[in-house]
Amino acid sequence: MRNRNATAYRFLAPYLLIFSVFWVWPIISSFIISFQATRTVPWRFAPGFNWGRLIGDPAFFNALKNTLLILVIQVPVMIALAMVMAVLLNSPLLKARGLYRFAFFAPVVVGEVAYSAVFRLMFSLDFGIVNKLLNSIGLPKIDWFSNVTPAMALIMIAVTWRWAGYNAIILLAGMQSIPEDVYEAATLDRVSKLKQFFYITLPLLKPVIVFCLVLSIIGTMQLFTEPFLITERGGPGGGTETLGLLLYRQGFRSLNFGYASAVAYTMAALAIAITLAQLWLTREKQ
Amino acid sequence: MSSLSSARLRRSIALHLFLTPLALIWLFPLWMMVVFSTMPDNGIFSPGIELLPHGNFVDNFNNLQRDTNFVGAIGISVSVAVTYTFLSVLLTSMAGWALARYQFVGKSGVVGIIFGTITLPYAVVLIPQFIMVARDFQLANTWVALIVPPLFNSLGVLFMRQSFSMMPDDLFDAARVEGVKEWRIFLFVALPLARPMLAALAIILFLASWNNYLWPLLINSQPGSMTAPVALGTLIGLTKVSWGGIMAGAVMLTVPMLIVFVLLQRHFIAGIAAGAVK
Repeated sequence: MRNRNATAYRFLAPYLLIFSVFWVWPIISSFIISFQATRTVPWRFAPGFNWGRLIGDPAFFNALKNTLLILVIQVPVMIALAMVMAVLLNSPLLKARGLYRFAFFAPVVVGEVAYSAVFRLMFSLDFGIVNKLLNSIGLPKIDWFSNVTPAMALIMIAVTWRWAGYNAIILLAGMQSIPEDVYEAATLDRVSKLKQFFYITLPLLKPVIVFCLVLSIIGTMQLFTEPFLITERGGPGGGTETLGLLLYRQGFRSLNFGYASAVAYTMAALAIAITLAQLWLTREKQ
Repeated sequence: MSSLSSARLRRSIALHLFLTPLALIWLFPLWMMVVFSTMPDNGIFSPGIELLPHGNFVDNFNNLQRDTNFVGAIGISVSVAVTYTFLSVLLTSMAGWALARYQFVGKSGVVGIIFGTITLPYAVVLIPQFIMVARDFQLANTWVALIVPPLFNSLGVLFMRQSFSMMPDDLFDAARVEGVKEWRIFLFVALPLARPMLAALAIILFLASWNNYLWPLLINSQPGSMTAPVALGTLIGLTKVSWGGIMAGAVMLTVPMLIVFVLLQRHFIAGIAAGAVK
């Protein structure tokens, strides 16, 4: 490698230009906007206007509560499931591996709108295939859309279906990069497969797991399309309203950019705090 | 020896007995998407259990086209995704090349900032991006609005940096001794060598653009400028709408990507796994 400032920056220029215009400036700008009253013309500086409203807004705390609830339940369940998928797909005993991989990885290519539409139909009260199947095995129908608990469960099921395979791909690649001879040595020493998983695979995979957790948390933190389309704008009665949906409603329905920016910065602060906590926790144990 | 292999057999059977139902559950929504797309609306909303495709896809598609100009929206989606993928691969690999092959002032800062943005929610830039593109640049409902702002991506650059830094130095030094210019080395030596990685990157970027929903929903909201997912999304929740049609649209968005996935599975998986594994 050689020291070539001019050449390097020539290669970087278009990328850094896009980055500055569409990321750096917006990051600063949205911080400034969050301290402005934006429904007056011209916008005026009013430091406590949005943030003051935020800490007294039941709609914000409802969205925050729902988002954190989904985060706390859905992300661990999904990562655990992804881990199960990855371990089993990695098993030398598995036949027709390609078919199983297809089944779990296929949702990765499915767009949010397409799968939201299917889930809406599948879970509809009277004509949804899920309730029909529940009925046919003697279980009662579930009203997935009019009650909060089933509606939240539906959102979590949908997101888990869409993203478990994605995380399994990352975990599987991580597992396959662990050298084979580590396991061979353990097998020679008669260490059981289960112990091998807990004492070899898990510790060596920790950075990959943390990566999956961080990506999933940031994704779920911004959850928007599923409550927007599946449970119809965060229904029933705000029961699945998320921070992403609140931001959309405030920013792009009420055109209240200042308040929406405050919501956005809250999301960012939470995401950064959780990420740092996670990095710190995993470093501590090593 | 035989007891060992019978234990293996038992383990293998248990594995398949567990994994097969899970795989079927996972395939079920996709299967139902296809089934719904071939059923008339009164069949979708009937009390019976229907698990096999019917023959109504064309009618459903015509209903969809009546509800919204889906063919036009598909045209926009394809053009935007192709342009976006080409530009983004170029920008991303140029940046990745610079970060992998040169020593320069401010390098660790640039790398640090790129890493930092991975953990930053997109929500933070969304509102100013919208204000800038829609109000300041007056570019709402144009292709530029769909293509340019999403061009920045962090994982792609880190992936390309990784790919280029694994290439041996001699290759490029030999060209330098001959007096070949740096941009020619990049274009004609490095890029051809990185073809598999570029394929992986291109697939992931194409898919991201094809499925992108929130930004196109906000910035291109006029009927004639909507992408296919946005056009389809406007129908969900309407009272008088053909659900068979919506499902036909979902199939048209999904099945081509599934075919690409099957054909190029290795590249796909490499692209997704790239972020985490060195």
